[in-house]
Amino acid sequence: MDWYPLFNSLRIAAISTVVIFFAGIFFAYWIARLPKLIKGILDVFLTLPLVLPPTVVGYLLLRVFGPKRIIGAWVLETFGIKMVMTWWSAVFATVVVAFPLMYRTARGAFEAFDETLAQSGQTLGLSNTYIFWRIRMPACKDGMIAGAVLAFARALGEYGATSMIAGYTPGKTATISTTVYQLWRTNNDALAFKWVLINIAISAVVLLAVNMIEHPERRKTRKVPVSTEGGI
Amino acid sequence: MLTVDIRKKLDNFTLDVQFETDREILALLGASGCGKSMTLKCIAGIEKPDEGRIVLNDRVLFDSDNGINLSPQKRRVGYLFQQYALFPNMTVEKNIAAGCMEKNKEKKKNLVAEKIEKMHLSGLEHKYPSQLSGGQQQRVALARILINDPELLLLDEPFSALDSFLKWQLEMELADDLKEFGRGALFVSHSKDEVFRLCDAVCVLNEGESESKQYVAELFSEPATRAAAKLAGCENFSDLEWLEGNRVYMKDWGIALETSGRNEACSSAGIYAKNIIICKSRDRENAFAIRIVREIKDLRYTVLVIEPVAGCAKPLRVNISGGLWDRLRHEKQLYASVASSDIMLLNN
Repeated sequence: MDWYPLFNSLRIAAISTVVIFFAGIFFAYWIARLPKLIKGILDVFLTLPLVLPPTVVGYLLLRVFGPKRIIGAWVLETFGIKMVMTWWSAVFATVVVAFPLMYRTARGAFEAFDETLAQSGQTLGLSNTYIFWRIRMPACKDGMIAGAVLAFARALGEYGATSMIAGYTPGKTATISTTVYQLWRTNNDALAFKWVLINIAISAVVLLAVNMIEHPERRKTRKVPVSTEGGI
Repeated sequence: MLTVDIRKKLDNFTLDVQFETDREILALLGASGCGKSMTLKCIAGIEKPDEGRIVLNDRVLFDSDNGINLSPQKRRVGYLFQQYALFPNMTVEKNIAAGCMEKNKEKKKNLVAEKIEKMHLSGLEHKYPSQLSGGQQQRVALARILINDPELLLLDEPFSALDSFLKWQLEMELADDLKEFGRGALFVSHSKDEVFRLCDAVCVLNEGESESKQYVAELFSEPATRAAAKLAGCENFSDLEWLEGNRVYMKDWGIALETSGRNEACSSAGIYAKNIIICKSRDRENAFAIRIVREIKDLRYTVLVIEPVAGCAKPLRVNISGGLWDRLRHEKQLYASVASSDIMLLNN
């Protein structure tokens, strides 16, 4: 059995989780303190990929990164690199699709944070950087981890947008989800079933991890809502 | 020396506060939502006033005319939050050390140990805030503030998170700590009793507007305004009209009474329920015939709700000792009497 799809899926999910983790925290923190109207608009825009069909996301990504489109053409011309149909093209798809999970969870955690803790830190003379990393982040830590794990799970299972932007090339761009589809299409039922089991196992472990992170937190403080609307 | 003169537009009213204080414990007394906490936050630099000036010991903390607005970190003002705002992810020791700006590690360690000892927190060093009682949390919060040697203390309803049994003990401890600190404190409260026991002077805040500073004893004996009298615990109020000499007509009660001095700037009066005396004959000062509307037994005394027979309208509240009431209750006609010096003349 060729293990490349497993390796490739984990690699894509891991990279996109790192990107999403920091981008999600940044946007959640930044947007939480914007005026209401702008906040509402940006919020819709950043959450949209959660409810859009992945094929729509894939289509939009191709319109941006395709070799004849604005960014894709520029990168091809300047660096001689094609931005689609490589293994890392799938990272674009998974980042966009899984981002809202991290963003919303992080925002929920930030909004539940007791601002007086930050204020008391300020009056004690602590720097704003110290307050963010040593007081705000630890208090929101559980929400952040839960968000990252959810994003990882979602990235791992991404199919629609990935297949559009990265395609299916065995040993190059094949992921677990695209492999399952390809195997089923070519009547290789036994092997498809193996990959299905592998995928279920990984996802189950991830969800178990989310539950273990979320539950003790709920017992401690009822206030931190971990928003998980939409599915995995 | 702290000078505050600020204005800030809020949702329901405009905060307009002016006062000066020096090395005393000054209470900001007012009903909930009157802008007391907001005033503290403006002084600490957490909120920004729209305009005005805040000066602490010759340092300008805020001055809208000259564009000065020091960050909270630079103000050297200690702020004790209502719920103490201890960092939940740090132990008692770490919480106190976090507030300590001493750079030298050895010195810092000693300072923290010293404060822990002094604030009776020994043995709790490695506990987390959630494992402490309300009183212990307050002491940690205070230790964390005092270790930095602030120039002023701001206390935001420090006892509201505690049950009444604990309060008494803590109040005495806090009084000692404040005395030792000695640089003055602003104490926000809505409880007249706390203010009376803990503070030297009081500044009443009425819907965002500060009234002039008074000594605490004065607030209770001679409140200047109706709002102040209410906060001092006065139960009976009436609008008034000046008659000849020192006599006034109490519009709400429909009776005329003799006051201790004419002051036409005052348009209303207040009388404490404890200062109205119930008697059998009308030969006392300012006596008027009354009807009893209700009697309510309280823990320490009986509360009577009375109405002047001659008058109309608003009833008055009277506190009377249970024994005296038992002797008087069967009399056919009762009178109420108020000493002229017990009628507090109030502005608006």
